Amino acid sequence: MSTGIEPWVTQAIDVAPQLPIVVDDPVAQRFQVHRSAMTSPEIHRAEVERIFGKSWLYVGHESEIPKPGDFVRRPVGGRPIFMVRGVKTGNVNVFHNTCTHRGALVCRQDSGNSKVFQCFYHAWTFDSEGRLKGVPDRDAYAGGVNFDDLGLKRVARAESYRGFVFASFDPDIDDLPTYLAGAKDYIDLVVDGCGGSVEMARGTNQYSFGANWKLLVENSFDGYHAESTHDTYFKYLVSIGTDLRGGVSGRAVDLGNGHAVIEYSSPWGRPVAKWEPLFGADAHTEIDRLRADLVARHGEQRAHAMSEVNRNLLIYPNLIINDIMAVTVRTFYPPAPDTVDVTAWALAPSNEPASLRHRRLDSFLTFLGPGGFATPDDLEALESCQQGFASGGVEWNDISRGMGRSPSANDEEQMRVFWRRWQHQMGAAADRAGAQ
Amino acid sequence: MAWQQQVLLRQQVEEFLYAEAALLDAWVLDDWLLLFDEDAKYEVPCNDAPDGDPATDLMLIDDNYVRLAARVTRLNSRRAHREYPHSRTNHQVFNVRVQDVSAEELSVTASFTVWRFRAGRTSCYVGQYRYRLRQGHSGFRIAAKRVELDMTDLRSVGDVAIIL
Repeated sequence: MSTGIEPWVTQAIDVAPQLPIVVDDPVAQRFQVHRSAMTSPEIHRAEVERIFGKSWLYVGHESEIPKPGDFVRRPVGGRPIFMVRGVKTGNVNVFHNTCTHRGALVCRQDSGNSKVFQCFYHAWTFDSEGRLKGVPDRDAYAGGVNFDDLGLKRVARAESYRGFVFASFDPDIDDLPTYLAGAKDYIDLVVDGCGGSVEMARGTNQYSFGANWKLLVENSFDGYHAESTHDTYFKYLVSIGTDLRGGVSGRAVDLGNGHAVIEYSSPWGRPVAKWEPLFGADAHTEIDRLRADLVARHGEQRAHAMSEVNRNLLIYPNLIINDIMAVTVRTFYPPAPDTVDVTAWALAPSNEPASLRHRRLDSFLTFLGPGGFATPDDLEALESCQQGFASGGVEWNDISRGMGRSPSANDEEQMRVFWRRWQHQMGAAADRAGAQ
Repeated sequence: MAWQQQVLLRQQVEEFLYAEAALLDAWVLDDWLLLFDEDAKYEVPCNDAPDGDPATDLMLIDDNYVRLAARVTRLNSRRAHREYPHSRTNHQVFNVRVQDVSAEELSVTASFTVWRFRAGRTSCYVGQYRYRLRQGHSGFRIAAKRVELDMTDLRSVGDVAIIL
């Protein structure tokens, strides 16, 4: 093709009529997703460009780099990126991790503190604001090279909200607050519930699994699967004395721009700020004090939402903030249609009392961690779905649960919110080319 | 301690670790649990914080005896979906060193590889064991088993659903 357009796009436009991959039928109250969305290499290539190339993607949290020169490096949208707090400005700088000379990584440690980033290949040296400060044997270059233009390349856009740093490779994307839309209020609930200042605990969960990334989106706020998939986890909770009889009841909320949340009553204790006997008598006073403080600052209604209500929040397309018995910040990227790389952190209030921090971390690893009693079974479920797709015979996933009623937390409205946005962003690339 | 005694002690420790590995590979987890004292810990720090302290750092696993017993109950059930049916595993123990001997406990380090095979997939965990062992009437008892992974992340293995 000489058009510069990927062949799949051209094909999708040429062949008519097109049938969409996401079928949203409010009259019949039926919502279906064609399974090629999870298996097709063409769809995956289009997602890399249209979804991950044109969304705000989570980079990290400002608390990870508190001091000038602090940096972390990690892949964002599949690309090596690093963020560093500028020594001169104190700003969070987000750079493409590549030397402007001939390409090598300039940040080669996962985290640390440095005033300069030197490419070891030819020793070009950049400062923490990205300026090119050192070029060995500079006189060898003729006048055509302007070293001021050869500073580290910033990602097209980088902004943060409540300390959550996002980047986008799309220079024309909406500013971050506009993009986050209704999700802002839920980030506020998490951060304000933590007293307004949060940090990531040391220790990162980095794991992968063999299924499509959108299955993890669905799974991360799927109330319907909990009882069947996580039977062993809930049995464990009951065995150590947690009273689950209160149950989980709640609702799903469309937050705009593909973001959605389920919020529901918490039968288990929460370090902010719902005591249960398992926490021990000493923690009772501490949690009562935390809760009273939240009431004083935010009023009873909001303090209740912070303390006794769980929320599983999707920031479209690939950031999950689940504020349940601990808070996980989880992001993921698909290097292939059937592979997902997950990175997750435990978010906690800065200056959290030691006993509550320990309790929080304990709850995190038991439910949310890859060595716990639940996450491995989620991975098994998602891989099992992917394997089931390969069987063929069934073309569609059904995501209709709860259509035609006010969506409860155990319904699938939050997933439909994601899928509608996905369909919109994918455009013609989410049509089944050659369909009858 | 005379070197003959040191060698003998190390051989006894090795025998014990091999026996433990055999119980895990045979999935006789109830018997494996019997090796632990009731104040025992089983810990696996995160890959990027191998010196992690469960009080302040996120861990992959931080089991006291109660949770370790629950882990065994879970893995014995048919509802630990990731491990039903069970993986085939091969726990291999090398470089066993008795680091310190007190009246009550031995500190032991060892290198390990744990191979896991399931549904056509091969995974391999590599790292170091740190044990605290106690001498009982009928051999050693485990007071602590800490598993520090050398892999920089869990991407190649997916999870830690098996016991390492």
